[in-house]
Amino acid sequence: MIETLVTHAPILIIAAPLLVAFILPLIDKVSKKGRNILVLCAVVFTLVLVIILYQDVIENGMRIYTLGGENAHVALPSGYHVPVRITLVIDALSIFMVLISSLISFVGLLYSFAHVKGEGTGKFYTLFLLMLVGMLGMEMTGDLFNLFVFLEILSISSAALISFYIRKGQPIEASIKFIIISSLAALFVLFATGLLYGEYNLLNMGALANEINSQTGGLTLLSQLAFILLLASFALKAGSAPMHMWLPDSYGEAPGAISMFLVAGTQASLYALLRVCFTIYNTAIDASIIGGLLIILGLVSIFIGVTMALIQIDIKRLIGYAAVAEVGYIFLAVGVGFFELAQGELSAYGLKALQGGIFHIFNDVLDIGLLFLVTGAVIYMTKETNLNKLGGLARSMKYSSFFFLIGLVAVAGLPPLNGFASKILIYEAIYKVSPLLSIIAILASIFMLAIFVKIFYSVFMGPKLSSLSDISEAPKLMLASMAILSGIMIFFGLFPGYIVDNLVTPAVNALVDNFTYITTIMGGI
Amino acid sequence: MIYNLPFYAVIIIIAIGLYVIAFKRNLIKIAMGITIIQSGVNLFLITLGYRKDGLAPIYTHLPSQTSIPEGMVLPVPQALTLTSIVIGVAVLALILSFIMALYREYGTLDTYKMRRLKE
Repeated sequence: MIETLVTHAPILIIAAPLLVAFILPLIDKVSKKGRNILVLCAVVFTLVLVIILYQDVIENGMRIYTLGGENAHVALPSGYHVPVRITLVIDALSIFMVLISSLISFVGLLYSFAHVKGEGTGKFYTLFLLMLVGMLGMEMTGDLFNLFVFLEILSISSAALISFYIRKGQPIEASIKFIIISSLAALFVLFATGLLYGEYNLLNMGALANEINSQTGGLTLLSQLAFILLLASFALKAGSAPMHMWLPDSYGEAPGAISMFLVAGTQASLYALLRVCFTIYNTAIDASIIGGLLIILGLVSIFIGVTMALIQIDIKRLIGYAAVAEVGYIFLAVGVGFFELAQGELSAYGLKALQGGIFHIFNDVLDIGLLFLVTGAVIYMTKETNLNKLGGLARSMKYSSFFFLIGLVAVAGLPPLNGFASKILIYEAIYKVSPLLSIIAILASIFMLAIFVKIFYSVFMGPKLSSLSDISEAPKLMLASMAILSGIMIFFGLFPGYIVDNLVTPAVNALVDNFTYITTIMGGI
Repeated sequence: MIYNLPFYAVIIIIAIGLYVIAFKRNLIKIAMGITIIQSGVNLFLITLGYRKDGLAPIYTHLPSQTSIPEGMVLPVPQALTLTSIVIGVAVLALILSFIMALYREYGTLDTYKMRRLKE
């Protein structure tokens, strides 16, 4: 029984939310309560399956699920083998990302039960589940074209969710920016997929990696062009600096839990970027140049994120810019790791940089997500987003302000919370490459502390404002979801060694070791 | 040489689409730009799938004297194009409905006049 479940878990993880998403509008007509229970069941079912699959993948290694057949390969009469079937490939890195997405979806759903009220709520949950499907699919697929399809599912449902409340039109402005930019990025992913198909007649990522890495005499111009297109599109979707302009807008205008969910969505694109860089191309591309490029992107993101956050007066846009800076840290760490990969054997600090980067992916979602949840609650209670018109809320919203304080400490990278655990790994590793880099990274963290102390002071501290005198504490479900996130963050902060050894290191090994990925997919041919 | 013509067309179409998105201020025109790029990418995929003297992989429609798999093409690019067209329609519908809602709120389609987010 459990063995069958584990075997079919990959497709069930995608299929269960997809099915529920489309029967939800029907249930919505019958019973509102039934609808909520059904959504919760779908998300919890996914989360449980993910945890079961997680244990299996850590113990037994990579898992490949082929749709519509025993084996992904089809042998022609001439003896030519090629993996043509659609596959889901789950290694330690994908299951790490899937774990993040499904956990965040669970927390976001609890929050939304309290946050989203009124007409059209059924559609909200349909889109919510579709967004979850897009993310999970991107993180599990073993084939470039399906990556594009899931990327589009993710973009379309996120765009619709950002402008779920129209208000005075600003959310639609953010949405249209988001959808134009994401569909452009997705089209270039498709174009690059076409280029690679024309070059190698393959779409399967493992088989492509095999062809690209076994090529002698360097890559052709077309494969290099495809790499650049994929890199640019996924960096854009991940919200790295020169292409970050859509990110604060959409984070700032989306409803509470969706801002947090969008962070997980950008991490899915980041995962796709890692797959393209480390698994498909690896050392076939000039890793020192690309690593350097990623480092520069990271530094620019950190710089722009922090400086633009300083001057914002809209509380959610401010956190949006802080999110850009956090993505910058991940790019910095990954860039150092990729740079080190070019020297052949991965050195100790290259490994450490990657550990820091991968760990920071999780921490980024948790920290920024918690801050978005708290500000979402503040906006829900006060209907006010301007920092200058808020104040003294700690008197009426005790628990929320406590959770904000936790998020603040974590995002600024102070011990004993999780932000410190991953940032210290990044500082240490990039110090070896250049001390200047780690000075900039630490300075940016200090700025981040200053910015968030400013928000904390102006929103929660000070005398009670007369305009905000009748504010009460946020609803219980909102507090519960914040408490779950804070609990995880404190646990990560107190036992970072345990997390790095058991959660992060398998993911890093799966990321670096593309040989195992290729041989498992090619299956001894 | 003549066989490369569709690829030049792809490059020109995508360039026109990018130009429209980058330099036009009207949102409807930007939506058109996205569609033009979509068509360019679809044309690219279809062109990739073309094989001279290839046969469509439908067993019942084969010419009578051919031995079975000989000359049949693997219809992957065509399948990709169909999927991409369907996705393209969904994206276009979403963009157009956003444009309608935006026009209702702002009374303009000029991107330079949409600055409520920046205030």
